[in-house]
Amino acid sequence: MADTMTMRVTRYEPDLDHEPRTQDFSIPLRDNWVVLDGLNYIKDQLDGTLSYRWSCRMGICGSCGMMVDDEPVLTCATFLVDYAPGPIRVEPLANFPVVRDLVVDISDFIERLPRVSPWLVRHEDEPVDDGEYLQTPGELAEYEQYSMCINCMLCYSACPVYGLDPGFIGPAAIALAQRYNLDSRDQGAADRLDVLIHPDGLWGCTFVGECTTACPKDVDPAGAIQRYKLTAAIETLKSYVEGPS
Amino acid sequence: MPHRSAEPLAWLAFSAGGVLAAVFAPVVLFLAGLALPLGWISADHAHLDDVLSHLLTRIVLLGICVAALFHFAHRFRYTLYDGLQLARYGTVITAGCYGLAMLGSAAAAAVLLLNR
Repeated sequence: MADTMTMRVTRYEPDLDHEPRTQDFSIPLRDNWVVLDGLNYIKDQLDGTLSYRWSCRMGICGSCGMMVDDEPVLTCATFLVDYAPGPIRVEPLANFPVVRDLVVDISDFIERLPRVSPWLVRHEDEPVDDGEYLQTPGELAEYEQYSMCINCMLCYSACPVYGLDPGFIGPAAIALAQRYNLDSRDQGAADRLDVLIHPDGLWGCTFVGECTTACPKDVDPAGAIQRYKLTAAIETLKSYVEGPS
Repeated sequence: MPHRSAEPLAWLAFSAGGVLAAVFAPVVLFLAGLALPLGWISADHAHLDDVLSHLLTRIVLLGICVAALFHFAHRFRYTLYDGLQLARYGTVITAGCYGLAMLGSAAAAAVLLLNR
């Protein structure tokens, strides 16, 4: 196997470039190197102006998501040898505006997350003397899978509906809403329903399923959305039967 | 109160149609398309005729047809919206897709309930 590989990186400097361009770099091809190692090699040894986001190197911070050969992936968890002999293409996350090189503008995502109140909502707090809000293992299992989301936005990048209709609230936001809806300590399900039953909410999803394919933490946003659609549809039917409240 | 729109109802019909079609269509195709013509199972014609003539059988078949048609309508509507990116003609597409499903349902009802 060759000991080098070509990494074809998208470059964009808003002051200089009218549109993104690509630049080829020759990087060492090592068995234990991930795409992020290749980018760090370029930054340290070849071109210090290359811009990209990363932090933890271990699939927890959710910062290093990029398109590698047209697939949204965490570059810290994607091995170079799987793309040998190359060239391997590294581009900024699809469906987001590019700020510079591989850095995307995530303000749209940051703005819509809090709309679904992704935290424990309590309308009445128990007295402190009553102790903790205890949960059984079964109650934990209800939402645990959805709590693994690291906000890496790969699902937004993979979602064709988000790409076509930027108003769609998106997979991670809905999965996070479910994470709290299904938590026995939470009382905010009705508030979240009001947000998600909006035309830009839940019903934009056409169950393409790419979000679940892309998710590096096995959250299964597509499953969460379909499950929540049933809840939302039943609540809507109830509102027809019960009349305006 | 949840925002009222027809979308949840369309999705419920879509969902029910998908489940019913996935569960029953392979069974019907296997029985009528393979097992009976190839003689893997033998069925008395008069008995089959009795089963198919029963009102309950016809109502169940009608339910499967109607749900599957509304499944088609919903899926095709979004195929036109997103696949062909025709969402700007939303009203016409919606009316056309669900209108076809309603016409198909009426035809299925006519065949199954009136033609006895």
